[in-house]
Amino acid sequence: MSVLVFIEAKNKVSKAALEAVSYGSKIGSTTVITFGDISSDELAIVGEYGGEKVLIHRGINKSNDQQLTNLIHAAVESSGATIVVLSQDQTGKSIGPRVAAKLNAGHVSGAIDLPDTSNGFQVNTNVFSGKAMATVAVHSDKKVISILPNSISPEKTGGSTTIEEFDADLGEGKIVVKEMKTQGEGIPLPEAELVVSAGRGLKGPENWGIVEDLAKTLGATTACSRPVADIGWRPHHEHVGQTGIAIRPNLYIAAGISGAIQHLAGVNGSKVIVVINTDAEAPFFKAADYGVVGDAFEVLPRLNEAFKKFHNSQN
Amino acid sequence: MKILVCISKSPDTTAKIAFTDGNSKFDENGVQYIVNPYDEWYALVRALELVEANGGTVTTITVGTAADDPTIRKALAIGANDAVRIDGQALDASYVAKQISEYAKDKNFDIIFTGKETINYNGAQVGGMIAENLNQPFISLATKLDINGETATLERDVQGGVEVVEVNTPFVISAAKGMAEQRIPNMRGIMAARTKPLNVVPAVDLENLTTVVSYSLPEAKEGCKYIDPENMDELVDLLHNQSKVI
Ligand SMILES: Cc1cc2nc3c(=O)[nH]c(=O)nc-3n(C[C@H](O)[C@H](O)[C@H](O)COP(=O)(O)OP(=O)(O)OC[C@H]3O[C@@H](n4cnc5c(N)ncnc54)[C@H](O)[C@@H]3O)c2cc1C
Repeated sequence: MSVLVFIEAKNKVSKAALEAVSYGSKIGSTTVITFGDISSDELAIVGEYGGEKVLIHRGINKSNDQQLTNLIHAAVESSGATIVVLSQDQTGKSIGPRVAAKLNAGHVSGAIDLPDTSNGFQVNTNVFSGKAMATVAVHSDKKVISILPNSISPEKTGGSTTIEEFDADLGEGKIVVKEMKTQGEGIPLPEAELVVSAGRGLKGPENWGIVEDLAKTLGATTACSRPVADIGWRPHHEHVGQTGIAIRPNLYIAAGISGAIQHLAGVNGSKVIVVINTDAEAPFFKAADYGVVGDAFEVLPRLNEAFKKFHNSQN
Repeated sequence: MKILVCISKSPDTTAKIAFTDGNSKFDENGVQYIVNPYDEWYALVRALELVEANGGTVTTITVGTAADDPTIRKALAIGANDAVRIDGQALDASYVAKQISEYAKDKNFDIIFTGKETINYNGAQVGGMIAENLNQPFISLATKLDINGETATLERDVQGGVEVVEVNTPFVISAAKGMAEQRIPNMRGIMAARTKPLNVVPAVDLENLTTVVSYSLPEAKEGCKYIDPENMDELVDLLHNQSKVI
């Protein structure tokens, strides 16, 4: 099977992009399509994860979803790929469905493991906001699969890649980008491997210093429960759960969060969950791997010190 | 302004998630349905606000069976002018998107709204597919939308931040948190919804491209290990040596 992987690479190839490349290379012979002005040196890493060839289109604006769709379509035609793989990140959510419609391809969004081809073509995906998993059969010849960040560990194949400039008629870009407001340097929540999260138990926005300190020590991204975002203690983009962002980090530390079903829905894909709560009856403990019954105002700084000590001992 | 809002039903957020028929079907026993929160809270409410400010109509559209009618009436109670139900089982996202595109293609809607995703399938597919079928731009994960004549200014979540973009009508958007505030329907709205038009139109003959063959529930956690709150060194040690996540 021939696979086309779409990646977005600004100055560097992200982990989510390598996940997609690695996923593609496990299915079949993989060509990568990308755009922008990333250097060839930076792109070379794609080869180490199984991308045999990289096609790059220079100078196109990413918000022009129609142009990117045309780009991927042209690359499908030129490479003869039958499967398109991309990351289910913000860009993937914008482009994946369009590409699927253009190719009349069945689309599996949010895939969490490799396709099973022993009986047709089936892929597992998260449904019910992470409360369940569905096995989806794809009937069409062409298929578009977007993979949930942090579901697949990228693996090195020891290969290398060739990089080719790729030109295609992309048509008109109807979306004009006026401004980009960045959210700081941190790792975006859906891709973060370590997340420190807090809820109403923190009592007020002025108390978030202890959450941020711990996140800084760990190199973690911060998150919060819905009411905390709704009352404006924290920005909306930190809201995780059924009606916020669904995440699956390696480690999720939750302090002062009760563990309501809607919160759990978005975080129970985390590999390890640590819950810190004064109330030993808090429902979150049922979903936790490690529980600390205690006051977040004391436990978080203590945990921070313990991590610092650990980091020093590692150096 | 003519606005179309795609409305889907989803199980109440506290519904028990279980499956029947050899794990091939969602167990609807005792499940209450709601309007999918993203469709209701953000898409529908923002559409109503735009029409209240600029004049026009808000039509909702749903691909479904008569079982969807109560949630469609709820959307009418919140304020939509009329509703369309395309009579058929929503087989998969491509099927739903093609049905809606087929309906909308000659009706000159200025904006078509979807929610960011449904909370049962989490596909985030229908909006982008409609946009492609109708050859219109798609602004995914939009958190803000203002319109001035034919030009709309939007904010959307992108990798690493928020993008401010401009686009001319017609276009398709998926609405995310921040777009509007939830509205609770009042008694007058609920009464009025009973007599608002709900037009049932036949589905066009189409095949789905994907099928869910089975469902499964995540494995239960082995149980929580409690750590003495005084002893965070132990927790760090376990995270490093046992769980190997740091
Ligand atoms: C349709 C719908 C969708 C929803 N979607 C989401 C969603 O996506 N995400 C989400 O998070 N919620 C969601 N909710 C809300 C959810 O039901 C809960 O209300 C919410 O998660 C509770 O937030 P919390 O745990 O921060 O606050 P609370 O429930 O108030 O819990 C605070 C916790 O902090 C503990 N605590 C207090 N003081 C301390 C202390 N000093 N140290 C340690 N612990 C302390 C308390 O024991 C308690 O357990 C949704 C609800 C509905 C109806």
